[in-house]
Amino acid sequence: MAASFLFSQFMGGLTTAMFLFLIASGLSLVFGIMRVINFAHGSFYMLGAYLAWQGVQWLHPTGAGFWLATLFAAVTVGLLGAVIERVFFRSLYGREELYQLLFTYALVLILGDAAKFLWGVDQLSVSTPPVLSGGIEIFGTTQPLYTLFIIAIGPAIAIAGSLVLSRTGVGRLVRAAQLDREMLDALGANVGAIYTGMFVFASFLAGLSGALVTPIQSIVPGMDVLIIVQAFIVVVIGGMGSFWGTFWGSVIYGEVLSFGILIFPGFSLFSVFALMVVILIVRPWGLFGRPL
Amino acid sequence: MTTQTTLQPAAPIGVAREGNWVRRIPWTLIVFLVFAVVPWVGSRYDTFLAEQIAIDALFAVSLNLLLGTTGLVSFGHVAYFGVGAYVCGILMKTYEVPFLLAFPAAGLGTALFALVSGYFCVRLIKLYFAMLTLAFSQIVWAVAYKWNDVTGGDQGLPEIPFPDLGWMSAIPGLGDLRTSDQFYLLALAIVAVSLAILRRLVRSPFGRVLTTIRDNPERAAFIGVNVRAYQLAAFVVAGTFAGFAGALYGIFSRGVFADYVFWSKSAEVMIMAILGGMGYFWGPPVGAAVLVWLSQKITAYTEYWPFMLGTILLVLLFALPGGIVGGLAALWTRLVRGRRRA
Repeated sequence: MAASFLFSQFMGGLTTAMFLFLIASGLSLVFGIMRVINFAHGSFYMLGAYLAWQGVQWLHPTGAGFWLATLFAAVTVGLLGAVIERVFFRSLYGREELYQLLFTYALVLILGDAAKFLWGVDQLSVSTPPVLSGGIEIFGTTQPLYTLFIIAIGPAIAIAGSLVLSRTGVGRLVRAAQLDREMLDALGANVGAIYTGMFVFASFLAGLSGALVTPIQSIVPGMDVLIIVQAFIVVVIGGMGSFWGTFWGSVIYGEVLSFGILIFPGFSLFSVFALMVVILIVRPWGLFGRPL
Repeated sequence: MTTQTTLQPAAPIGVAREGNWVRRIPWTLIVFLVFAVVPWVGSRYDTFLAEQIAIDALFAVSLNLLLGTTGLVSFGHVAYFGVGAYVCGILMKTYEVPFLLAFPAAGLGTALFALVSGYFCVRLIKLYFAMLTLAFSQIVWAVAYKWNDVTGGDQGLPEIPFPDLGWMSAIPGLGDLRTSDQFYLLALAIVAVSLAILRRLVRSPFGRVLTTIRDNPERAAFIGVNVRAYQLAAFVVAGTFAGFAGALYGIFSRGVFADYVFWSKSAEVMIMAILGGMGYFWGPPVGAAVLVWLSQKITAYTEYWPFMLGTILLVLLFALPGGIVGGLAALWTRLVRGRRRA
């Protein structure tokens, strides 16, 4: 096998990985703090994609149009997250996880149909922003600038996120909320605000990743339930609630899928699920996570 | 949830009698007979609905053995439904095995799979348990979706034959029914027997231990119950009956497809159980009936059934956590009490 072929396979895996990281990081944050698997995270991602398309239609796809639309999509989804957390989620914190899981599933159903109602069932697509429409040659392969941009953005968010968590006051509160919510509450911190803030930030990330995926993938109904399973696998592999764990989980997922196709064609999908099962059996808290 | 009913004074004799005549009516028998006469009095469509309800009811009750009785939140119960459907379907279609062998084989295959996967699942605490069950169900889905030679891949296995029901035609009164109606009666009988077995099981000492584990696993362990072994046993039984439901469903819908095993189906059967009421044995069948009926009615008007389902779920979670049967039971209690005061 030629080196350039392996390299392009590797880059393909990395692109998948970084996209998934954008989505999964939010899922992991919400789980780490609220101990909820938010199935609606995929729906937020889908809404981000549709809203970005809508923004581009309004602003015309020239120059800064795509970036403004992306910002618009991410902020709108973040606001939606705020409403959902404040109005509904709040009253479910004390309840069994079954109710929380089903609540997020109800959101999946409702948001999925809302998107169908608003934007129809046809495929929509957004063209690559002109600044990043070219490609450059690496190791005899042509890599589109846009995928390189995505590959760069993943680690950027991972580094920024972990710096905020480890170095700032807000980060310290968030980590404290992960460890012991009640104690933090008793110490006088506004835990409710932290929860809302984290949920909004996670929704923002989901909306952002949905918007950023539009130049590469077409927007179709059903993208929400497909992505949530992948994001879920990534988070399980890396460790729920662990930021870097999610990062490495994404890389493992992307590369296993990408090279798995070469080794057992047709069964790469099976191999990632099998990997998830093995990790859940051996280390349920993931490769980089901490036991609950 | 409904905490105010935990400490009730014993009902005076008059109230007990009022409750009794309602209880003395053999409701299950009546419902079964109503379902059994559908092919004669109803249309083909009614039979279709009734069969869908019966199979979903068994599926939902099998899930509720975990959810309501044992307190295990399985988010991958559809895996066992799917394994049952595929084993039975593959045996009957590809290998032309008679139903009489294929159906028990489906149960056995599902039980084995539930034993292996459950062995690992019950070692995990709550949320990880849900995640691992979901992961196993996605493995089943991936295999069903990709293993073209055996499962038909994304094309599925269409045209699974009906079992040979010639013997049924020999029974007076059943001879002039369509084959699909004869299969309906067979499926209904299997569902009824399965539900009766599950009902006995929940009421048995075994079932009581499961409930103890649900309410307080540490205490159960403390009094000498092997918690994991009981949970695993419940898991295998629940999986096996889900497999039976799946095997019937494959024949009923004349095919088995990978979509049947997708994770969102696990959520759907969970909604059935909760809609009816997890705290009651007959809750999940009521939920299945209401949901099947509603989905048929609503999809006739609008394509936005998932939206309606999501809304129903929201109402259920925030306003009626005991489900339909729980709500009716509370209402009944209030009515009886009100009459006593008057």
